[in-house]
Parts: sequence; C-alpha cells; structure tokens
Amino acid sequence: MKIDRRCFLTLGAGLAVGTTLTPVPWKLMDDVSIWTQNWSWTPVPEKGAESFKNSVCALCPGGCGITAKLVKDRVIKIEGREDYPVNKGSICPLGLSGAQYLYGPSRIKSPMKRVGERGSGRFEPIGWDEALGAVSTKLAELRTKGKPHSVACISDSDRGTVPYLVDRFLLAYGSANFIRTPSFLDTHELALYLTQGRQGAIGFDLENANFILSFGCGLLDGPGASGRNFQLVSHLDRHHQLVQVEPRLSDTAAKATKWLAARPGTEGALALGIAHVIVRNRMYNIDFMENFSFGFEDWTDEAGTPHMGFKTLVQDYTPSKVAGITGLPPEEIERLARAFARAKRPVAISGLGRGPVAGNIDETLAVHALNALVGNINQPGGMMVIPEPDFMNWSEMQIDQTASMGRQQSRIDEAGTEKFPNTRYLIHRIPEIINNTKGESPIQALLITDANPLYTVENTAATLKAFQKIPFIVSFSTFMDESARYADIILPNHHFLERYQDVPMPEGSAQRIIGLCQPVIEPLYDTRHIGDSILAIAQSFDGSISTAFPWKDYETFLKETFSENWETLSENGYWADPRTPAPWQEAFQSPSGKYEFYPTARNNRSGADTDALPGYRQVPISGDEKTFPLVMLPYNSIRLVSGAIANSPFMMKTVDADVLRDGISFVQINPATAKTFNLKEGDFAVLQTPRGEANVRINLYDGIMPGLVAMPRGLGHTAYNEFIADKGANVNALLDTVLDPSSGLNTGWGIRASLRKV
Amino acid sequence: MTTHTDTPNHDSANGSSARKGASGWMVFAFFAVGFIVSVLSGWFAFPDLLYSEKQQPIDFNHALHLDMVSEGCESCHYFREDGSYAGVPELSSCVDCHTSVQGADPAEETFVAEYVDNNKEVPWLIYSKQPNCVFFSHAAHVKGAGMDCETCHGDIGTSESLKTYQENRITGYSRDIWGHNIARIGNDGMKMNDCAACHLEKTGTKGACFQCHK
Repeated sequence: MKIDRRCFLTLGAGLAVGTTLTPVPWKLMDDVSIWTQNWSWTPVPEKGAESFKNSVCALCPGGCGITAKLVKDRVIKIEGREDYPVNKGSICPLGLSGAQYLYGPSRIKSPMKRVGERGSGRFEPIGWDEALGAVSTKLAELRTKGKPHSVACISDSDRGTVPYLVDRFLLAYGSANFIRTPSFLDTHELALYLTQGRQGAIGFDLENANFILSFGCGLLDGPGASGRNFQLVSHLDRHHQLVQVEPRLSDTAAKATKWLAARPGTEGALALGIAHVIVRNRMYNIDFMENFSFGFEDWTDEAGTPHMGFKTLVQDYTPSKVAGITGLPPEEIERLARAFARAKRPVAISGLGRGPVAGNIDETLAVHALNALVGNINQPGGMMVIPEPDFMNWSEMQIDQTASMGRQQSRIDEAGTEKFPNTRYLIHRIPEIINNTKGESPIQALLITDANPLYTVENTAATLKAFQKIPFIVSFSTFMDESARYADIILPNHHFLERYQDVPMPEGSAQRIIGLCQPVIEPLYDTRHIGDSILAIAQSFDGSISTAFPWKDYETFLKETFSENWETLSENGYWADPRTPAPWQEAFQSPSGKYEFYPTARNNRSGADTDALPGYRQVPISGDEKTFPLVMLPYNSIRLVSGAIANSPFMMKTVDADVLRDGISFVQINPATAKTFNLKEGDFAVLQTPRGEANVRINLYDGIMPGLVAMPRGLGHTAYNEFIADKGANVNALLDTVLDPSSGLNTGWGIRASLRKV
Repeated sequence: MTTHTDTPNHDSANGSSARKGASGWMVFAFFAVGFIVSVLSGWFAFPDLLYSEKQQPIDFNHALHLDMVSEGCESCHYFREDGSYAGVPELSSCVDCHTSVQGADPAEETFVAEYVDNNKEVPWLIYSKQPNCVFFSHAAHVKGAGMDCETCHGDIGTSESLKTYQENRITGYSRDIWGHNIARIGNDGMKMNDCAACHLEKTGTKGACFQCHK
C-alpha cells in the first residue's frame, strides 16, 4: 500500500469538498462579518429608563433653556428647550456639548492643593475641611494685618445670587475689589447710565425689528443665545433686513442683506455720519427729540456757559468726511441713513459678539444716539432697557471697623475713582499696576470664580507676570483651565448640570427673564456648590462677617432670595418679569430726566464739549507702522468659544482645516496683501505683534481688507485636555489693551502686526 | 522495433503495477476520509466548538415567581409610561421581597448576599440581545400586533431554571439568535431573516430597511 503526496492532496480536497457541504463556511462568514462590526470602543448609551429634565445652560451668558435627556442617571444628550422664551428650542454647538464637559477629562474631582511649581499642574487632592480651612486662614491673616482690601475676586458675571454672595462677602470682609471681566456690557452699561441715568442691561428686540444695523455684532459668530440669532438671520428678506458693518466677511456678514466693509475702528464715525444725514433731512422722531431728549440742541448750563449739542456735533460728520474715515462711498452712507430712518422698526446694535472686549464708549454712545434719533428706545423692535429685578431683598448687614476701613481704600483697578469715575471694572489695568508696584503686590489674595483671566486677558505675558507676584490664588473652577492650573488651592464648583443657580438677564436678549439652572444629576465628584463654599468661608469668621451670612446653605439662600417667586421659578424653569418696558415719560432717570444726547454725567476732565459728546476719535493701536506694517484683527466664530470655557471635543471636530491644522492656527489675509509679503496659501509664517509672536499658517481670503490679518479667537489653550490644549495660538497673547482716556475701558479692537514667512 | 533505453523502469506492456505511486483506490480513500471527517465535524463538532457554555449569574426560577404575580410576564417585564420596554428587570424589582432570604435555595442566598446587599445589578446574559444597529420596538409587536411573549422567546415562564447561555465565541451573541440548529432548520432564530419571514407572513411584506435600522 503506497501512500504518497497525492493522497494528502486528495485528503485535503476531501476535507475541502466536505466542508462546503457543511454549515461551517457559511456560518463562519456570517460570524466573522458580525465580529468585524463589534466595536467595543465605540461608546453606546446603556439601555434603560429615559427621562428628560429641564435646566438652563450656564456655559455662556446667553442663558438658553435646555432639556437634558438621561438614560437612567446618565446625561446622553442636551437639547434646546422648546418652550423657553430666550432660545425657543434652539441651541448652539457649545450648549449641545454640555454633557462632554460634564463627563470629560477636564473635571476637577475634589479640592486640590498645589504641590509643584505654579502652572506645572501638579496638585494633590485634599479634603474640603482642609481646603476651606486653608482659604479661611489666609484671609483671616490678611484681615488681622489690616489688609482686607488686598483681597480681590475676578468673575465673569456680577449678576445673580452667586456673584452677589461673593460681593457681599467682600463687603463684610473689607474689600471693594470685585472685578468683572470685560465684555460689551461694560460700554453698554456705561452708555445706559450716561444717557438714561439707569443701571441695568441693554437688550435688543431683534425679533420685532425690520431693519437691523449692526456695527460689527457677530450675530452668527457666537454671542448671546446663538440659536435665536440663527433663527433670526435665517429669516431675512426684503422686509427684514440686516446691514452688517465690519472689515471682514464674517459668517454674519455673509448672511446679511448687505455688508459694508468699513475700516476697523471707524464704526463710531459711520454712526455719526448716519446721524448727520438723519438730522440734516429731519428724519428723526420729532416727538422723542422735542419732548424726551436733552442736549440735542445747543444748550446753556446753570452757570450760563453755552454748550454744544449733538446736532451741532454731527454737522461736521458729512458723508464725504465720513467716507474718508471709513473708506465707504458717501452715497452708500446716504443710502444707509435714509433706509435706517425710513424703516418701520429700525434698530442699531453694537458690541455683541466681538469677544471679551469692552469696546469704544464713544462708538457705543453714537450707536445709542441712532436708536434715540429714530425713537426706538423701549419700543417693540428697538433697544430695550432691562432693569435689575426689583424683588430680590437681601438682608441688611452691619460691617465692622476693619471692613469699613478696607472698603474706603480705592479699588486696585482704580475704577470708580476720580481718574475713571463712571467705570465699574477695569481688569486690564491690573497686570500693569501689579507689575509696576515695587515691593508687595497690591493683591495679596485672588479669588477666581467663573473666569479664566490667564487665558482671556490681553497681553498674556504681562498677566502671567502679575499673577506670579500674587502670593495666594484660589480657583473655584469646575474645569482645569489655565487659571485653575495656576492656583494654589482649588475649591471645585459643581458642573452646571449638577447645581442650582439663577441665570439672570440673558445677554443681548430683550426678554426680561431670570432662568433657573437646575441639577439633572447628582454631583459626580467631590465638588461643592460655590455658594456653599463662600458661605463656609464667611461663616468661619467671627463677628459681623458670619452674621451677614445666616443661611444654612446656598439652596436656602436661593429660595429665600426669590421668596414667593421661587415656585414659579422652579416649576417653569424661569421667571418672567411682569414689568413692561418703561414708557418715555418714566424711562429716564438722568439729571435732566430725559435721554441725554449730551451726557452730563460723563467724566469730562478737559471740560470741552467735544469730549463729552461722542465725537469720533481715532484710537491709536499699539505698534509702529514701519516695524508692523499690518493690522491684526481677532475674529470670532461660532465654532470656537472665545471666553473662559474652551472648545469641547465635538466643537473641535467642526473647526475647518483652513482655520486650524496639525496644531497651528491659520490667519486670513487678502491675496493682495499676500502678494506684497510674498506669501502663498498654506505657507508657514510667524505673526509678530508688539506683545508677542506666534507660529501661524496663511489662508488667503478675499473677504478681508488688504492690510489686515485676521486671527481666530479661542485657540491656543494650554490647559483643559488633550483635545484642545496646545492647538493653535492664543490671540490674547498677541494683543494689547488700548485705553479710552475718559472711561479707562479697553477699546482695543486690534494691534499692529507683521508677517514673515518661515 | 525500438527500445526505450532512457526509462528503464517503465514497462509499457504491463500497466501500472510496477509504478511507484499510490493506487487510485488509496487516493480515493484519502479523499473519502477527508470528506467524511469534514462533513461530520462540520455538522456535529463545529457547533459544539463554536459555542461556549455560560451559566447565568443566578439560577432564577420563573415558574416559582410566576405563581406569585398577578400580571404574568408583564409583572416584571413591563412597558414604561413612555412606551419603551423595560426588558430584564433591575434589582429594584426584586428587593421589595428579597431584602432578606425568602426560601431555602442556595441560589437565592447567593443573590441576596452578593447582589442585594451590595446594591449590585445582576449581570444577566440576554439570550435575545440584538446588535446596536437594530431598533426593535416591543410596543409595536406586543401592543400593536398583539403577539405573546412565547412566540419569540419561548416558554420561559414555566421553566424552573434558566437555560445555559451558549455564547458564540466569535461574535459574542447567544446561540438563540442564529437558531439552535446549525443549518437554521426549524426557524427558531432571531436573525433578520427570521423577522423578515414572519413579517412577510403577517403583513404581506418583509418590511423596509429603515423600519429596524434607523
């Protein structure tokens, strides 16, 4: 019997043929194909009971109502709340990512104590008693030394119960240094006060306007309730127009009815030019001008001194003069002015969405004046004054000797002093002040609540240098942001989806509501509500400080604050102010009792009328033309968060490859500019300004004026997590502040720059 | 007459008996062996090898519990208010009675000690588990079509113990999905074709893709 190779071959053949007559190959194919689809690394929500819980998003000042969808106790989706007045079911990419922030790796999971070098990110988790104790001890020490005024707090907001508690603590403790970070609120609040004598916020009733004249507001580029803005801009037609004035073709400009590319920084002049035409042609609201305004005509004061009125001021701003300043054709200015004044419900807006910049007070006053000229103040479709809620009655408090002495010291940023009497917050002055002080820093302890100054304040290098001199820094941040990373003690706040908090006065909205941020899950980590932390610190002191804080916990305080309105607030998730916009007879609380075109309360050291009136003054930006032949303009995008919070991983996925690629930011320049500097699309370059330099790449864009370089805000984070850190450059590190001499506010809209190829 | 001098071993007159190769029968025999071995192992050994046997964490007695409830299967396998199906009950359904050991069975003792006392969910193995791409609505079938549980899940309610979970080693799914028979004779599986067959019979069409694959 011979067995040879052929046998084995046929054995194999037999096996093969036989196998095809079994289920094996077919079953295996089916199984392997199923196996290839088993992607165990793809997160899939657990199956379980679904629930929907309402809350209000606190990731930006927009205050949109949200509904969180949960499976069992895990948040799996955030949606805009359909029946919420501010956003009516819409939501922006940031709000949509709320759950990513909740469960993401940037969360601080317990109180932390710094153990490495400042900024090294080396922290040790400690218990709450130890952490709160460390802060109380340090603050008590400063008080004993008679330096309570050396304690400062930086916060993005000064409205609502949490900022109130912090401010109340500083008052009882003895410091006036509650510092709000900049935004357009700074100039609008000031303008509101100067022209109408009121404290409050400005809202724009855009939904009911039919002609929106926007001086650079990035409606589609990020601010306020973005979803609401999107809905608005999506419904423009012949009867609902948006005219966008800005030097760059932003998304807003692209969707607007008309885009007018005025030279950057000249918006105030344009507003005055439009006013000129309206006044010349007598197209203003006669009733408003004759009965409710002051300082429109020339006037004489009590001492008999004659003063110039707004009417005389604008005579100078002829369309041809304004054309020379702005670069817009004079006919265009005429046409725009006439269209604006003739519209049924025109509104002029400024500030919103230019990022964390206060802006130019003269420009803001001029824009407010346009609204006054057409008589839309507190009218449907116009500029609305949103007053502070009137029912929040907080208990009176006694302060002791130390506190009284501390409060009498002027603010570290000199806001409200003789130098800058009408201004409330001037954070950008602080780095300079600290860096120029020989010896001990005027701020000995800094509390950072809901803010990220080490990222957002211009001239990052100077800010960092100043922070180095502050001996004690406490952060209440929920996330390991740049400022938290630099702190000595972190007392992490709950994530907004884990806490109660009132959300008053949604940014830019004409809605008079207060929203309620409500917890949708139990806190995931060992965090504590910032209100509770402040109460604990306050109650650790004896005497007047702890007496001023009798509440058991934050929730008790919150409920007491809202008293009989709490039920509505918690059931609906918001409370609507029943007061309607004040009619003109009652609206103005200025010295004259009318809308002041000539703001008599304005800090006017020179005494010249032209300084009180909102004339156009060119704001010089830093840098000499020779070394820095270009002008750098930061720009906002709906895909990049530019404030304290950093982009979520979801949002990073929406950033185009010609904005950020392989960790490098792109800057936009006009092809003509590119040619001058021998730059091509995609080239690697160094962007240099008087404050710093950054590695960038070139993106050629026809939608930007020659001579300008546009750089996106929101990149260049160095903390948070791997999805955002070390990607791109922080435009704030390249910027400088440019102070308006009368208010001290930062008007800086840009800085001179140079680009060189590498 | 010519002689082949270069192939001395070849005897053209005799045939193959002097050839050095295996006989045709031997070759065929090997083929046959291969054939039979593969057929038999394909039909009998393969199914056994393909599936691993797993036991449920607790040997639950359905019959015993069915006697004690008033609404049959739905007492524990119920529809929620929003119409979604709760599936296999969570610990919360059991603890009302089982905060302490009720009977004498050691399985229950394990259950209370390991799961109830530690508030730990029992990691039940789900026989009918479908992949994530499948959207199956119990409401449509039970409420809408009036089907009973046994039609798809078999008569579990009267069983006194939970059957072994046979897990496909390659895919991780239960043998119940393919169907117990390796050739899918008998149609007791829960694969797409099984759903389609029933749909065709009951509704006149196999259904559209998006009905189940959203």
